[in-house]
Amino acid sequence: MTLSAISFSAFGQPEFWIGVGVLAGLYGIFALGLQLNVGFTGIINFGQVGFMSVGAYAMAILVLKAHWSFWLALPAASAIAIGAGLLIGLSSLRLRADYFAIATIAFAEIIRYVAENARGLTNGNIGLLGFDSSWVSVSGSIQSWLSTSEIQLPLLLVTWVLLAGLTFVMVRVQRSPWGRVLRAVREDEDAARALGKNVFSYKLQSLAIAALLGSVAGYLLALDLAYLSPDQFDPSVTFTGYAVLILGGLASYVGIAAGTAILWVLLEGTRFINLPLSAEQIAALRFVIVGVVLIGLMAFRPEGLFGKREEMVLGG
Amino acid sequence: MQSARALGAQQRRLREAVRTRPALAGSAFFLAIAIGLLITNGPNVFGQTTVFGIVSGSYFALGAVGLTLVYGVLRLVNFAHGDFLTFGAYMAFVINVTLGLPLIFAIPFAIATTAAIGVGLELLMWRPMRAKGAGMLPLLLMSIGLAFVIRNGIQMVAGTGQRNLRVNLTSTIAFVGLRIGRTELIVVATSVVVLTLIGLMLRYTSLGKQMRALADNFDLAEATGIDTNRIVLATWLLAGGLAGLAGVLYASAVGTFTPDLGFLLLLSLFAAVVLGGIGDAYGALAGGFLLGLIQEWSTLVIDARWKIAVGFAALILTLVLRPQGIFGRARTI
Repeated sequence: MTLSAISFSAFGQPEFWIGVGVLAGLYGIFALGLQLNVGFTGIINFGQVGFMSVGAYAMAILVLKAHWSFWLALPAASAIAIGAGLLIGLSSLRLRADYFAIATIAFAEIIRYVAENARGLTNGNIGLLGFDSSWVSVSGSIQSWLSTSEIQLPLLLVTWVLLAGLTFVMVRVQRSPWGRVLRAVREDEDAARALGKNVFSYKLQSLAIAALLGSVAGYLLALDLAYLSPDQFDPSVTFTGYAVLILGGLASYVGIAAGTAILWVLLEGTRFINLPLSAEQIAALRFVIVGVVLIGLMAFRPEGLFGKREEMVLGG
Repeated sequence: MQSARALGAQQRRLREAVRTRPALAGSAFFLAIAIGLLITNGPNVFGQTTVFGIVSGSYFALGAVGLTLVYGVLRLVNFAHGDFLTFGAYMAFVINVTLGLPLIFAIPFAIATTAAIGVGLELLMWRPMRAKGAGMLPLLLMSIGLAFVIRNGIQMVAGTGQRNLRVNLTSTIAFVGLRIGRTELIVVATSVVVLTLIGLMLRYTSLGKQMRALADNFDLAEATGIDTNRIVLATWLLAGGLAGLAGVLYASAVGTFTPDLGFLLLLSLFAAVVLGGIGDAYGALAGGFLLGLIQEWSTLVIDARWKIAVGFAALILTLVLRPQGIFGRARTI
């Protein structure tokens, strides 16, 4: 009972909601990549967490082991994540949609096993610390400029500015000729091919951009926790991303921000219901909620809260 | 020049052999690997890892047969199948530990309750969704949602702590220098007997033939007058029951289990299914044992902590290079 009483008092604390906001924002960026793949290209990427993991680990390893500057390590690590996306795409994108889904989740799991077992680079399950000193000093200056005492407020701002900016970019990209070809690939691959479009190359580009977005979400997660360990990157991250995606609605970039906000308020809100449950049970309850959200939406509202039913090609 | 041409001809012959007799070529490939490992590691070490491989293969195969039948008949990639195994293990725990009854009573209970879950979900979820004409992505995501609910539901009730069934984990049996746990031997024997019965059922009974007909071509099978709803229910009954049994056997052979049991095994079950050719029940059976052997044999070459990842690599390689499975004939997938 004491436990629930303590967490109940956190309800009014801004730092708690700042933490929720950071998670919601970074899952939004994560899901933008899924939206591009699933909603606009028609490829089922179940390995998005792998790109997040590759990006975050590559950044931390470049900073800690190769002594790179943090700011230089970010684009380099994204390039590595994009490379992983190209590798996975080149080998597996010719597979049928459901086989591709299985292949991508297997890739993501192999990446997690590498993070766990390549101890020389990743420290295994002990994890990596201390890659974020450059960010901490920048965060400190933003904090004093805002004259706030909330340590994580700068990260929250950066996360949501990034989410807003990337959403804007993705919407613009979708309206470009490139985006229209993607949509044609989703609607009818053979027709797009008949028009002389290289379908495989468009799918590959879509996956590479998703990998880039995944790596950005990975940096934010790494900065949020100031720590990296393999169990932060298990497949349930990808599927929580899918819950965000479906809540927001397929084929709607703007919906994702709303989807991620709703899901995370729902998930973290479980802390404030005065249930006679242990912390372990509350943790399990959150994933039960993710599961119920997925099942319920698929059964009753597959287009999500803000999606368009006429764009639900994968639904029919 | 001469030798290069001879080599080219040899390669062509080899490719031709792989194309026309894939089962033979696949078996020969693995036999060659086995002989190589036998020579480099000696009969004792090689034999012992082979025994371990057969033990894990016995529950992989049981889990994979159900997963592949559901895919074959319904074209549903059931991501909750692994959690069926977890459910079975915990149901056995209720009878065997909570109530303190012998495992012999726990096994049928686990099989029956897991089969009931399979059938219940078909009636509650999958049939209405099929009636709506739901596509691949909604069904995939539903099965993932279901996996989350089952795994974490169990975790809410039973906690994350390690559990174990009341089985004898200490006594071992030695045979020509090879050792196997008494419980492990029972696990392998049970699995082999059940899989043989399933194999015979699929081959000779009317139900089994109808199941395979549906897996081969659903619409055609329906057009010939097969009662598809009945066969679909039977498929779930079989898949659920086998998953329940596989869960208990896993829990018995390994000794301890947590609510993550099935989630951690799921991708290995996929690997077994893919190795054997997706949708092919006999293939999954062979694929299960093959995966067990691949994982254990890999420990002779690289560190044992990579063996699960080796299984996943085998999954990807098979999908990319031979999507019809190791033993399957080339066909359009």
